[in-house]
Amino acid sequence: METTKKPKKTSLLRRFRHNKPALIAGIVLLIIFTMVILAPIFTQYGPAKSDLANRLTAPTMAPGRAVGVTQPHILGTDQLGRDIYTRLLYGGRVSLNVGFTVATIGGIIGVILGMLAGYFGGWTDMIIMRMVDVWASSPTLLIALTFVMILGPGQKNLILALLINSWTLFCRMARSQVLVIRSSAMVESGHAIGASTNRILYKHIMPNIISPMVTTYILELAHFINAEANLSFLGFGVQPPDTSWGLMIGEGRKYLTQAPWIVIFPGLLIATTVLCLNLMGNWIRDEFDPLAVKL
Amino acid sequence: MIDEKAKKSLLSVRNVKKYFPIGGGLLTKAKSFVHAVDDVTLDVMAGETLGLVGESGCGKTTMGRLALKLLPKTSGEIYFQGEDIYAYTKEQEKKFRTRAQLIFQDSFSSFDSRDTIGKIIGEPLLVHEVAKGSELQDRVEQLLLDVGLKADLMNEYPHTLAAGQKQCIGIARSIALNPDFIVCDEPISALDVSVRAMVLNLLKDLQASKNLTYMFISHDIRVVRWLSSHIAVMYVGKLCEYAETEELFKNRLHPYTEALLSAVPIEDPNKRDIKREILLGEVPSPVDPPPGCRFAARCKLATERCFKEDPILEERRPGHWVACWENFHGESEIS
Repeated sequence: METTKKPKKTSLLRRFRHNKPALIAGIVLLIIFTMVILAPIFTQYGPAKSDLANRLTAPTMAPGRAVGVTQPHILGTDQLGRDIYTRLLYGGRVSLNVGFTVATIGGIIGVILGMLAGYFGGWTDMIIMRMVDVWASSPTLLIALTFVMILGPGQKNLILALLINSWTLFCRMARSQVLVIRSSAMVESGHAIGASTNRILYKHIMPNIISPMVTTYILELAHFINAEANLSFLGFGVQPPDTSWGLMIGEGRKYLTQAPWIVIFPGLLIATTVLCLNLMGNWIRDEFDPLAVKL
Repeated sequence: MIDEKAKKSLLSVRNVKKYFPIGGGLLTKAKSFVHAVDDVTLDVMAGETLGLVGESGCGKTTMGRLALKLLPKTSGEIYFQGEDIYAYTKEQEKKFRTRAQLIFQDSFSSFDSRDTIGKIIGEPLLVHEVAKGSELQDRVEQLLLDVGLKADLMNEYPHTLAAGQKQCIGIARSIALNPDFIVCDEPISALDVSVRAMVLNLLKDLQASKNLTYMFISHDIRVVRWLSSHIAVMYVGKLCEYAETEELFKNRLHPYTEALLSAVPIEDPNKRDIKREILLGEVPSPVDPPPGCRFAARCKLATERCFKEDPILEERRPGHWVACWENFHGESEIS
C-alpha cells in the first residue's frame, strides 16, 4: 500500500504567495483598503473642498493651483472643482463600510439560521424558511427604499434598510448545504463518538459549508456595494457633501460627455474591488477544500 | 420489564421495531411505513461476536444503528449491560458513547475531509476530555501503531491513503476510547479482496487484545463464519434464525438460512455436485408487508398458515432460535 507523496504542509502565507492571481488581488485590495481607511494621509485636499475656478479639469499632472496645495488633480475634478482622487478615497469609506457591514451581519445571521433550519428540520425549518420566503419574495431595493423613506436618508439607516433581507440568500444557501451534510456518515460518526450537537454544527458542518458561503459573501458584497450606489444615486443614501462611489457615478452622470473621468474612475474602482474580491474568494475556496485540485 | 438473560448480556435487543414513514410531513400523516426492523430479539454476550447476515435491505444496518442509539426506535427495548439505552439520561448517554462504537462500511466518508488523521483519531479523546496536548498526541500515535500504521501519518490527510489504510484509521477512531462494544457495519465490503484479510485479522487481533464485543454486519457468510461466535440471520426486517456459528452451519432450522448458506460458492470442484437450494422470486417489499411469514412467498415448505400468521421466534434446540412454522431441518454438509 503506497501512500501518495504530498508536499510538506506549508504555511498559509507561503501557499498564498504561490498563487499569482490571489496574490495580485490581495495586494490590490490591501492598497485600496489602506488608502481608503487612511485617506487623509494620501491626499492634501478635503473631500468636500470645492474649487470653482478648476471645474471639470481633466486628469493632469500639473500642480494644483489652490492656495497652499501642490498636489496635482491626477484624476481630474468634478463639476464643483472637487478632486476626484480625494473623493474616491473618502467615498470608498462609505461604499466599503456599507457593503462589508451589510454582507457580514447578514451573512452571520443568515448562515446561523440556515444551519439551524437545515440541521433540525421540522418546525424550526418551517418557521425560518417561511420567514425567508416572505422577505426574499420582495425586491431588496424596494424594501430598502421603503425603509429609508420611513427612517430618513443617511448611512446608518441605509445599512439598516439593506440588512432587512441581506440574510435570506445566506440562509437558503447554508440550509441547502447543511441538508446534504446532515445525512452524511460524517455527522453520524460525530454522534457515534458522542460529540455534542454544537460541536458537530460548528466544528464539522460549518467548515464544510464555508466555501459556498465565501462565494455567496463575495457576490453579496458586490450586490450591496451596488445597492448602496443605487440608493445613493436616488438620494436615499449618504447625503452630499459626503459621497460614495455610487453617488459619484450618479452625480457625474450628467457630465458624462464633457467630463467622463468623473464616472469612469469610481466605476473602475468598483469593478476592480469586486474582481479582486472574487479572485480572493476563489483562492479561499480552494484553500479550505483539501480535495480540490491545486494547480 | 428486563428479563434475566438481558441482565447478563452486554447487549440485549427485545422486540425492537423500527418503521420509517414514507411521505407525510409536519402537517400530514405518513401513509405507509418501511418495516426496516420488525420485532427483533437477540442477545450479545461480552467477548462474543454476533454476525448479522442477510441480503441488502433486510434491516441489518438499521439494527446496528439502533443498537448504538443512532436512530430513534419505534418500539421495543435495547439494553446495554442491563440498562435501557433509550431511557438514558444525558450523562449516561455520554458514557455509553465511550463504550459502544461504530465502524463504517466506508470510513473515509465518515471523516471530516478537512481534518488530519491525527485530528480524526484524536477527536473522541478530545470530546470526552480523556486526553489533550502532548498526551493526546501520544495516544493517537499509539492508536496508529495499534492498527498497524505508522505514527508519522498523524499530520497527513486521509485522502492520501489507500482504502485499507483509511479503514484502519476508522478502526483506530472507534477504539480510541477503549470501548466494550463495536458495531462493524460491513467493514470490509468496500475493500479490495487483497486488503480484506488484513482488516479482518486486525479486527480479530483487536478483539483479543482489547476484549471487544462485536456486532458484525455483513452479507458475506464466509467472513461471518470465520469471525463470529454467533450468527443471526435477518430477512426483510425479521429475525429468522439465531444460533452459535457451528451449530447454525450444522443444523439449519430455517429454509431461508439453508438457501443463504448454500448460495456460498464452493471452492472444491469435487464437491460441486452438492444439492443447492436456489431461491426463486424476489425479495418482498418491506413497505407495509402483509401478515404472515415474510419468506413464505419464496419458501417451498410454505403452508396456508405461513401466509396468515407471523411465525414466533422459539428455541428449538439449546441456544438455537428460529422463527418458522414448519419443522425444517437442514443437516447435509454444505461448503
